[in-house]
Amino acid sequence: MSDFFDAGIILAAWPMLWRGLLTTLALSALVVPLGLAAGFGLALLSTSRSRAVRWGVIGWTDLFRAFPPLVLLILLYGGLPFAGLELGGVACMAIAFFLNTGSYYSEVIRAGMESVPPGQSEAARSLGLGTWQTLRTIVLPQALRRVLPDLVSNTLEVVKLTSLASVVAVPELLYQARQAQSLTYNPSPIFAAAVLYAVALWPFVKILRRLEQRAAPSR
Amino acid sequence: MNIRGSWDRFADAFLNGRVLAKYWPDILAGLGVTIELAVLIVITGIAAGLALALLRCLGWRGLNWVIVQVVDLFRALPPLVILVLIYFGLPRAPSGFVSTWISLALVLAAFAEEIFWAGIVSVPKGQWEAARSTGLRLGQTLRLVVLPQALRVTIPPLTNRAIAITKGTALGSVVAVSEVLGAASSAMSNSYNASPLLLGAGAYLVLFVPVVVLGRFVERRLGPTAKPNHV
Repeated sequence: MSDFFDAGIILAAWPMLWRGLLTTLALSALVVPLGLAAGFGLALLSTSRSRAVRWGVIGWTDLFRAFPPLVLLILLYGGLPFAGLELGGVACMAIAFFLNTGSYYSEVIRAGMESVPPGQSEAARSLGLGTWQTLRTIVLPQALRRVLPDLVSNTLEVVKLTSLASVVAVPELLYQARQAQSLTYNPSPIFAAAVLYAVALWPFVKILRRLEQRAAPSR
Repeated sequence: MNIRGSWDRFADAFLNGRVLAKYWPDILAGLGVTIELAVLIVITGIAAGLALALLRCLGWRGLNWVIVQVVDLFRALPPLVILVLIYFGLPRAPSGFVSTWISLALVLAAFAEEIFWAGIVSVPKGQWEAARSTGLRLGQTLRLVVLPQALRVTIPPLTNRAIAITKGTALGSVVAVSEVLGAASSAMSNSYNASPLLLGAGAYLVLFVPVVVLGRFVERRLGPTAKPNHV
């Protein structure tokens, strides 16, 4: 057990782990807004009048939900250099998450928009609001409130998935922990990183639990 | 540089027949490993989740508190971190295959417990009371009255969660499991050619597009937003 939780080694590895944690936060601050932007874009496109556009959106989201994110990431990071395009790990993360988590966000937002009765936007339109105003002031506020638990849960998953960046040499928390492990021949830094992840994300799980309970139909 | 030339270069790097002919059996074998892992994870994860949810029905306070904390821990930790911890951290580490199986099964069990519990709680209290007052025991009440109603609610979220976690089998490539991604990556570095990777990506699509479409269908038919067909 002392091998598993060696205080001296964790203390020595602490600066690395701390930098890793900050990088994880920065990475999350990059990929969550990217995913949300893609999700909103796709959800808006899925309300299009054109059948071709709607089917296109369904095809796109199903395609990128079928790829495991790690496969997408390796395809970009390991495959593109063969086409003469060498992107860094962070750029590959950004593209992969734009494609993958954007598709998940779009499904959540679309479900929310579909749950708002059509009478709402009809009423807004007949009051003279424009399409964009109707969407922004009438439909989206109701839609987002309804799918808030799913949005939070999806965001939690995205933040957890930033750990994949360790595979493409982005120095985030898991990467730093594995570096520290191979320097010290001791697994304690990985254990410490797991504790850091748990401490950082546990509150979000608790908030999510409360949101889910409030959303559940009461008996 | 003409278009013909760059297409030839692209095809040589990504759709190289000679490389594909040599490495496709590896990727097919990887597909077998991926399916095997996925089946093991889904069966053990869902069984463990159901067992935990049923334990929670006993209503022992201390036990329920422990279950909730453990479930929340496995919802908070990234699956890759759990995997790396088991594979690199445990004193006597299991093989990469077993490590991937255990870590993803633990994550699925945590999510499945929550989904089953939400389903059980969604059954009105009167159903329990009526069942118990007609003389059914707790086990009988659960098996005959509550679970059949609860499972209907649980199927759509459980399907989606199981699909999402099954896709995590690709993480096995990090701990040297020769599933599709692992086989494709090592074929890529052996041949110095990206064609095996593209074939591997294709294999994932063949495997998961039908599953994702099935998930969408299940959600439409049984989900809470599904349109009632009797109105």
